[in-house]
Amino acid sequence: MATLPTSAEKIIAQFGPSLNFPPPEGYPGRDEPDEVIKTHCCFCGMQCGIKLCVKDNRIVGFEPWEEFPFNEGRLCPKGVQRYLQNNHPDRLLHPLERSEGEGFRQTTWDQAMERTVSEIRRIQNQHGPNAFAMLSGVSLTNEKSYLVGKFARVALKTANLDYNGRLCMVSAGAGNKKAFGLDRASNNYSDLEKAEVIMICGTNVSETFPTLTHWIWQARDNGGKLIVVDPRLTPIARTADLHLAIRPGRDSALYGAILHQLIKHDWLDHDFIDHHTSGFEKAAEAVAPYDLAWAETTTGIPAAKILQAAEMWGQAATSFLLHARGIEHHSKGVENVSACINLVLATGRIGRPYCGYATITGQGNGQGGREHGHKCDQLPGNRDIENPEHRKYISGVWGIDEKQMPGKGLTAYEIVEAIHRGEIKGLLSICFNPLVSLPNSTMVREALDKLEHYVAIDFFLNETARHADIILPGSLHEEEEGTVTTAEGRVVRIRKAVSPPGDARTDTSILLELADRLGAGKHFSYATSEEIFNELRVASQGGTADYFGITYQKIEDNMGVFWPCPSEDHPGTPRLWEDKKFCTPDGRAHFQPVAYRDPGEMTDPEYPVILTTGRVVSQYLSGSQTRRIGKLVNQYPEPLLEIHPVMAAKFGIKDRELVRVSTRRGAAEFPAQIVETIREDTVFVPYHWPGRKSVNQLTSGHLDPVSKIPEFKVCACRLEPLGRQAPDAGETQAYASV
Amino acid sequence: MNAFRTDQEFFLDPQRCIGCHACEMACAECETNGQTSMIHVDYVDRFSTVQTSVQVCMHCEDPVCAKVCPAVAIEKDEFGVVHSARTDRCVACSNCVMACPFGVPQKIEPMQLMMKCNMCYDRTSAGKKPMCATVCPSGALTYTSREEMARKRPNSSPVNQFQFGQQIVKTKVNIMMPKGATKIVVDSE
Repeated sequence: MATLPTSAEKIIAQFGPSLNFPPPEGYPGRDEPDEVIKTHCCFCGMQCGIKLCVKDNRIVGFEPWEEFPFNEGRLCPKGVQRYLQNNHPDRLLHPLERSEGEGFRQTTWDQAMERTVSEIRRIQNQHGPNAFAMLSGVSLTNEKSYLVGKFARVALKTANLDYNGRLCMVSAGAGNKKAFGLDRASNNYSDLEKAEVIMICGTNVSETFPTLTHWIWQARDNGGKLIVVDPRLTPIARTADLHLAIRPGRDSALYGAILHQLIKHDWLDHDFIDHHTSGFEKAAEAVAPYDLAWAETTTGIPAAKILQAAEMWGQAATSFLLHARGIEHHSKGVENVSACINLVLATGRIGRPYCGYATITGQGNGQGGREHGHKCDQLPGNRDIENPEHRKYISGVWGIDEKQMPGKGLTAYEIVEAIHRGEIKGLLSICFNPLVSLPNSTMVREALDKLEHYVAIDFFLNETARHADIILPGSLHEEEEGTVTTAEGRVVRIRKAVSPPGDARTDTSILLELADRLGAGKHFSYATSEEIFNELRVASQGGTADYFGITYQKIEDNMGVFWPCPSEDHPGTPRLWEDKKFCTPDGRAHFQPVAYRDPGEMTDPEYPVILTTGRVVSQYLSGSQTRRIGKLVNQYPEPLLEIHPVMAAKFGIKDRELVRVSTRRGAAEFPAQIVETIREDTVFVPYHWPGRKSVNQLTSGHLDPVSKIPEFKVCACRLEPLGRQAPDAGETQAYASV
Repeated sequence: MNAFRTDQEFFLDPQRCIGCHACEMACAECETNGQTSMIHVDYVDRFSTVQTSVQVCMHCEDPVCAKVCPAVAIEKDEFGVVHSARTDRCVACSNCVMACPFGVPQKIEPMQLMMKCNMCYDRTSAGKKPMCATVCPSGALTYTSREEMARKRPNSSPVNQFQFGQQIVKTKVNIMMPKGATKIVVDSE
């Protein structure tokens, strides 16, 4: 029974989202803080250093942390405003239980825990251990990610644990493992500084990783050229030397065509290909048909520009390729990643200064959180849950019989589908808001309604958690010690600045008590986060993501340590592959043959327009935090339908007119924003909003066959102007849409 | 160094502005401003481009805002910082608002006071950087030495002369222009 206990409006009135603004005179104590804590932003994978000002167990402001080497004090608007999530009026302060007709009522920790454990036991006894699933997220620290992985397998005893990184980095991870046998950015960002050519593929850097913009400009100041591949003219694309406005869903065609040109003009590093790679011939064969005429027709990019990109990339002495969700959120996300890696390998530009390649990891701990057993198929150290040796090693670290270790479970979207089919009956979630962030949200809502028991750990009552039976108030980023691993692969320290308010507890203490009540207490006796980290170090030892040589002290002494770091006297590894010894079985980097195929859903007469989705600079992911911060909401208050004037004229759509956008999954209404900065055949809607304002009512559930990432970046839609201007954004209140 | 650093200058490079508004939000955090930002970011023409422009007080050598102030409320200090109107003198006449060639000062209601950027005097007078130029993620706003800027951005030249008709306005704040540029002609008639 997980339908809403009362109307969404009543729940919102009590739990928000409501908007937090600082008082005009600032919070008391801002100028005389008790402490100034050096930590990191709670949002994206850049993990910018920031100092939080603390007064009376309250974050009252921030100061830039200019000494931290990646961002040197730089912040985006989310970073500047992040402190406003602390002491927010919407903060969950007590355990809650659902109350029919009323909403939620306060309960005690003992009752909430007891009910949770008895429901877990009931469901697992009746339907088997895997009928209770867990969904987690990588805003959690390394310690908590590791703990969740162990908790699900050892205490909850379910195979069905997955995480919101499934919507983020899994295509890149799979592509990197295929090519290099390891999943991490190959270089740190200082290798951007003197790269002659930087190609950024499907990444709106200036809105999603704003502080990375500075590093790209440093290269440009040194004469470097910038190529941007994006269907939209984003702020980083605006000044690029070459902007390739690709048709959504055609990425592997473009990179295949560029490889074709590199081969045709012999812009190749034969020595590197011969001595350090395998599979080149098959990769070359796969792109043999992809001449410029074909590529122009397929990608919608003029042939001359594709050739120019190939020339710039092919003739450079140094280069850096970056990609992100724009090429990864596809039913062929892994193939797109492989097609990009092929360009790097063909020119041998990796493992040397200013020669680099990296996916830009999206979430705060998207890197570390995908390494230590948070995924349905993974054990710590980026080990494989189906590999007998790996199972044996981790079972030894955890002190369990290997036979008790569950096998591979379902991925995030598949877990929700299994709930919808009635196969999974119970759910524990932490740090994940799938009702906003998963595609095809009508199906997600129906699934939540079918759950027999749902318990959510969170600090705000997010849209998904409104469906819960029990809510356990957990902790914010600034309320626990820990570490995260940045997009560069740098392990950094997260500092506890304040304690959880009211009856809220740390996420760690909640998981430890649940484990104890589930009878697994002896495996979960940690006094501190550092103790968890020290066990993680051992668990990761010998895996590809080896943290064994990293200690809290070493991180502090060096403002971060890059893994792999196999021993305490090892300095860490900012740049991978300097020795050209890859982590594949044959020690070589592997080309992958990538034959182009169409996206999961193509336009047709019924749904003639391409719909793509993405983010805006002032919001973060499902908005669970940022839709509660007043100025961030006001900066971009509602999702707009970006549409080219040519397409708008075709459908008779006027600026700010409400447009009904329909796909095979559903329909939603958005105000039109007519701009020349998008392809004529494509419309764009950002996805941070809930309910009727969620574009994920429309996106498709097509998954990549390998990574199981959903295809957020392309589907087919229909547009109908509604003949009336959209109301003022203030009236719509999209941040709290039902 | 806990004093104003005379070797540090403000450099504004509009092509790098990504329109993120971090500068505005950071500026507003200063308690002196009471959550009102003294720096402004706007789209130039969102229909045709995502280009934004960022406007900060240019701190003129011979500030027109001070010249037209009937109450002598606006002062330039020994470091060239043109301060916000003194609250005990400002009569909210808006002369400065209309006279400024860059459109910087604002009359803030309900206080009925002119307010503008004072180059984060509380920070810069203690040897720190202004808040906007500290947080700017793209380098559109930078506070550093002229030598460091020349080293880091060899293809750009700082310019602090603006021609408005027959009048030349010189400013403390520099705009980064293509290498070799010496002045910006706003209106040559």
